[in-house]
Amino acid sequence: MTESKQPRSLDDKIMIEMDTVNKWYGEFHVLKDINLKVRRGERIVLCGPSGSGKSTTIRCINRLEEHQKGRIVVDGVELTSDLKHIEAIRREVGMVFQHFNLFPHLTVLQNCTLAPMWVRKMPKHEAEEVAMEFLKRVRIPEQALKYPGQLSGGQQQRVAIARALCMKPAIMLFDEPTSALDPEMVKEVLDTMIELAESGMTMLCVTHEMGFARTVADRVIFMDRGEIVEEASPDVFFTHPKNERTQAFLGQILHNH
Amino acid sequence: MTTHTFKPDQAPPSMSIGAVAWLREHLFSNWFNTLLTFLAIYLIWLLIPPAIQWMLIDADWTGTTRADCSGEGACWVFISARIDQFMYGFYPEELRWRVDLTVIAVILGAAPLFIRAMPKKLVYGPVYLLAIPLISFWLLHGGFFGLEEVPTSKWGGLMLTLVIAVVGIAGAMPLGVLLALGRRSDMPAIRVICVTFIEFWRGVPLITVLFMSSVMLPLFLPEQITIDKLLRALIAVVLFEAAYIAEVVRGGLQAIPKGQYEAAAAMGLGYWRAMGLVILPQALKLVIPGIVNTFIALFKDTSLVIIIGLFDVFNSIHQATVDPAWLGMATEGYVFAALLYWIFCFGMSRYSMRLERRLHTGHKR
Repeated sequence: MTESKQPRSLDDKIMIEMDTVNKWYGEFHVLKDINLKVRRGERIVLCGPSGSGKSTTIRCINRLEEHQKGRIVVDGVELTSDLKHIEAIRREVGMVFQHFNLFPHLTVLQNCTLAPMWVRKMPKHEAEEVAMEFLKRVRIPEQALKYPGQLSGGQQQRVAIARALCMKPAIMLFDEPTSALDPEMVKEVLDTMIELAESGMTMLCVTHEMGFARTVADRVIFMDRGEIVEEASPDVFFTHPKNERTQAFLGQILHNH
Repeated sequence: MTTHTFKPDQAPPSMSIGAVAWLREHLFSNWFNTLLTFLAIYLIWLLIPPAIQWMLIDADWTGTTRADCSGEGACWVFISARIDQFMYGFYPEELRWRVDLTVIAVILGAAPLFIRAMPKKLVYGPVYLLAIPLISFWLLHGGFFGLEEVPTSKWGGLMLTLVIAVVGIAGAMPLGVLLALGRRSDMPAIRVICVTFIEFWRGVPLITVLFMSSVMLPLFLPEQITIDKLLRALIAVVLFEAAYIAEVVRGGLQAIPKGQYEAAAAMGLGYWRAMGLVILPQALKLVIPGIVNTFIALFKDTSLVIIIGLFDVFNSIHQATVDPAWLGMATEGYVFAALLYWIFCFGMSRYSMRLERRLHTGHKR
């Protein structure tokens, strides 16, 4: 780290609030009393060993996983089993997956226009304009008419980011977006995400890319065994981790870099 | 610093390409394959020339009665004398244009759907699918809008076979898809209903179903209610085949990675849109071979309506072979029937292969 980042001044509006959220898979207690508040424009990186519950945490935010206890409020709407609430939240929350999950039977452009047309009821030409705009932003407009199977992993993940952005979401969730990529493609995806962060998007990102965490995160959250063990600004987190579990984890992953 | 020089590409050895190489690789790769090749050639020589001799060279083509046949080869006079009956059954002769017109309407109407560049397919398709059954019913059955009624008891021949097959396919497909979705539903009641339905129909032979619909059902219904025999058979075929289609489609649904369901849900698509726009297009494409397989079996199974006394093309031909005026023509009749069925089934098979190639969009993730 050359420059020490000044804490940015953030909006006061709370976009996501998780209040003592608990979740079980059968007998297994995956999330234990998760408390988390995310303000508008805030960039949060979640890290931790595998099985620590970080993916489950962000998947609860758009109800890909259901929490059994506690409260989750996203952009003022509480997540209950009410389908209307769930769909309203999903419209505002974009998600990028580890394995891209592009729709292989649709072209890149159709992947991007599907939700705006069917969920936002946008006319086709308008949806295509928006899609092309975002494909330009992730720097692959020339691939618009290809199918996902014809693209490299890095390109597919950038399409996935563009696809999520086409819904003009207020929040973006990233679930290990670079973990399935070949090493030479990680950078192009991270660059796209950094650009997105600079545009002021509220972001929650599960990743092991500590360089990314240092550059863009406002807060780094370390999870282990279903609990939030430590949270701090990247400066503090990487230089003076308080918890021994954090220290051990950082020792392990930074050693490899 | 050293620079690596890459080797240029070279042409493959001449023995590995061209016709000779193909022959060597596929027919004469070792002594056993060579032996099999010669054995196969011998069998072909044994079977094909006599078959051609009988079917084409020695065959009699013209005439009107049995006496016109020499008896040396096939007597195709039998087929040409009876062809109208094989095609239309007992449909009144002067009204057969209505059957022809139906076929033309169905084919011409469907043609735009097969033109790739055709715009507004999503509008035209449903309109066609809704309109064509009504138009076909009006033309074939009549009884309103100025067309004389032709009761289904007069329907027969290839026309009847096609009616059963097309209605069976058109009815079983959507019902089967719904059953497959229902079987994977989160709602226990729907799941149980679908599983019960599927397992019931898969557990009974079609011939039993047809027999029940024709003989047993009327016993249970009040006397004043009579349901057309053909209609009962059609319903039986649709329900029966839907159960098979459901299981084929379920196989496709299970092959779609969980990530596809999640991605669709995460972007706010509700259940029906996620299924209709994301999951089913992929799942159905995967199971085209299985679906067409079921349809081919269905097409051939229509011949089972012989058990309830409907005169489909097979029954028509069968009845003709026992006509005293044409005794001894069974071989010709059945060869002709086999050829007819083969043409339709082979056509479906080829079409499915074309469809698979066209819908292929590169490797899946």
